[in-house]
Amino acid sequence: MGYKHVKTYLIRRLLLMIPSLFILTILVFSVVRLIPGDTVDAMVAQMETGNNFRAASGRDRETLERIMGLDVPAHVQYLRWIGVLPTPDWRLTGESQFKGLLQGTLGESLYGGGSTIDEIVGGRLPVTVQLGVLAIVIGLLIALPVGVYSAIRQDTAADYVGRTVAVIGLATPNFWLATMALLYPALWWGWSPPMELIRFEEDPLGNLGMFLLPALILGTALAASTMRMTRTMMLEVLRQDYIRTAWSKGLRERVVVMRHAIKNAFIPVVTLVGLQLPILIGGSVILEQIFALPGLGRLFVRAIDSRDYPIVSAINLIFAAAVLAINLLIDMLYAFLDPRIRYQ
Amino acid sequence: MSDLPRIPLPVGEPKRRNAAAILLVRLWKEKPLGVASGVIVLLLIVVAIFGDQLAPHPYYEMHLIDRLQGSSAQYLLGTDQMGRDLLSRLIAGARISVVVGLAATTVNVVVAVLVGGVSGFVGGKYDITVQRFVDAWMSIPTLLILLTVMSIVGRGFFQIIAVLGISGGIGGSRVVRSAVIGVKENAYFQSAEAIGSSRWRTLIRHVLPNIVAPIIIIFSINVGGVIMAEASLSFLGYGLSVDIPSWGGMLSREGRQYMEQAPWMALWPGLCLTIAVYSFNMLGDALRDLLDPRLRGGGGRLGVDAVTSV
Repeated sequence: MGYKHVKTYLIRRLLLMIPSLFILTILVFSVVRLIPGDTVDAMVAQMETGNNFRAASGRDRETLERIMGLDVPAHVQYLRWIGVLPTPDWRLTGESQFKGLLQGTLGESLYGGGSTIDEIVGGRLPVTVQLGVLAIVIGLLIALPVGVYSAIRQDTAADYVGRTVAVIGLATPNFWLATMALLYPALWWGWSPPMELIRFEEDPLGNLGMFLLPALILGTALAASTMRMTRTMMLEVLRQDYIRTAWSKGLRERVVVMRHAIKNAFIPVVTLVGLQLPILIGGSVILEQIFALPGLGRLFVRAIDSRDYPIVSAINLIFAAAVLAINLLIDMLYAFLDPRIRYQ
Repeated sequence: MSDLPRIPLPVGEPKRRNAAAILLVRLWKEKPLGVASGVIVLLLIVVAIFGDQLAPHPYYEMHLIDRLQGSSAQYLLGTDQMGRDLLSRLIAGARISVVVGLAATTVNVVVAVLVGGVSGFVGGKYDITVQRFVDAWMSIPTLLILLTVMSIVGRGFFQIIAVLGISGGIGGSRVVRSAVIGVKENAYFQSAEAIGSSRWRTLIRHVLPNIVAPIIIIFSINVGGVIMAEASLSFLGYGLSVDIPSWGGMLSREGRQYMEQAPWMALWPGLCLTIAVYSFNMLGDALRDLLDPRLRGGGGRLGVDAVTSV
């Protein structure tokens, strides 16, 4: 065991990311390739009624299919999208260019008026990241103390209350919780949250205040499962021999719990946060929608509503890649946190 | 066999008579909360079946003159913006949730057994390839992939059951796969192979009966999640069509538009949803605790039981 093992393990994990990402692109691509013909018709109809289709020269089906690249076979489309084959300019003014994922571009929005998805996404990513990070922080701040307390006072009233609240928290739909959190303060005190994004640079407190409520709601779902996990792990650790040793040495409870138990119990909880990420992202889509936060989730719903599939694919890919990358990071963190782990 | 090198993965209980009856007795004795949740689940199912008889008004009947009214003797929980009785709509919503929940979970199980079972049974390169796809699928946040697919196939009853069923089944295939791999390491499986039992015979006589427990576990813990997913999709407008009284849909556009005048329109559907999901989850947890040998006695291996218990 030593640093070298960890290093080879990490390198192996990093290399394994490549096939994972490759398969991910195939999946994300094929899901949208499911588009049946009548969806294209629906898009054409939508464009004829909508006024946001300035970018395209014509409003007919043919143009649309060319923009979406539906005029060539699926594998060509895929290779163009990842940037192995050149993408012809659909306006037919410029030359074919390699612009795909390998070149670091996500493509072009159907309605963006020429702005690339990279630009659109870039402006919105910070909002989603801020919401997610705040939610995780709040979730952990609630879950860890409650989980630990629940475990060291197993089967007491406090334990039952904590666990019941956690299970109810898991069953409460976040969109309903958010609706209630908007509705009742408005009814009772006439309070409603700002509907315009307050930038952190301009008004740090106002910005945090704006994110607090959605992050709290998003954090509670995370807190519920994390609390349960923390409790399970603590109970597991508290049964170990070294804890019995610590007790028999006559250490105080605070020392046993804080110095001996917590460290070992928290390590698996870190993994759980990574596993919860997909749920967290789904939640942020809903909460950004309800609280009018201009993040990626809101962009996603809008892209779905307007059938802007290049954006839909891009966001699916970004989030999934983020999930893969963060879980990899957590596994690496694990390697440093827990020396007991053996890497093959 | 006392020195087995590793703890076997979930395999079924040893065969007993009346396994279901024994399970019920254990549920009653060991899991009071599970029993209480089971009662609520039964109630929900009864409401779903006899909804038409129980509802005071037809859920679609409009009483425009009584719209947005609070609770009264005539409309116990008030009315919506078209004067439809909220209680009747909630009862109709129970049917939607129960039917979508049970149907999509059934599809989950079928897909999980097909994908995971075959992958685990065949093994080798096929297994590795399939598992990479499962990995990739599971890294895309569920709600995003559901929204994407629903926006393509269009909303509707059949669509949502298929989409929720297949997507959840891919996730569940992991459990079935590891169960099948666990079965393959058992002596009875190897003996069956050794005496020349055909593939199909081995599958049906030896593998299938021994993965019943994980299958029931998948079924029971997925129902709540499926109900929640349907509600979330309907809330975002990509679940069921607007004229179907889904609880999630009621919290969507119509519910939000009038919620300040008629807060009950937003309050009750969410409450029903929470209770339904809570009951299905608790019942599922209780069944899982009883069926999963890894969790018995609390001495599970570090990490293994904890991940499944979330």
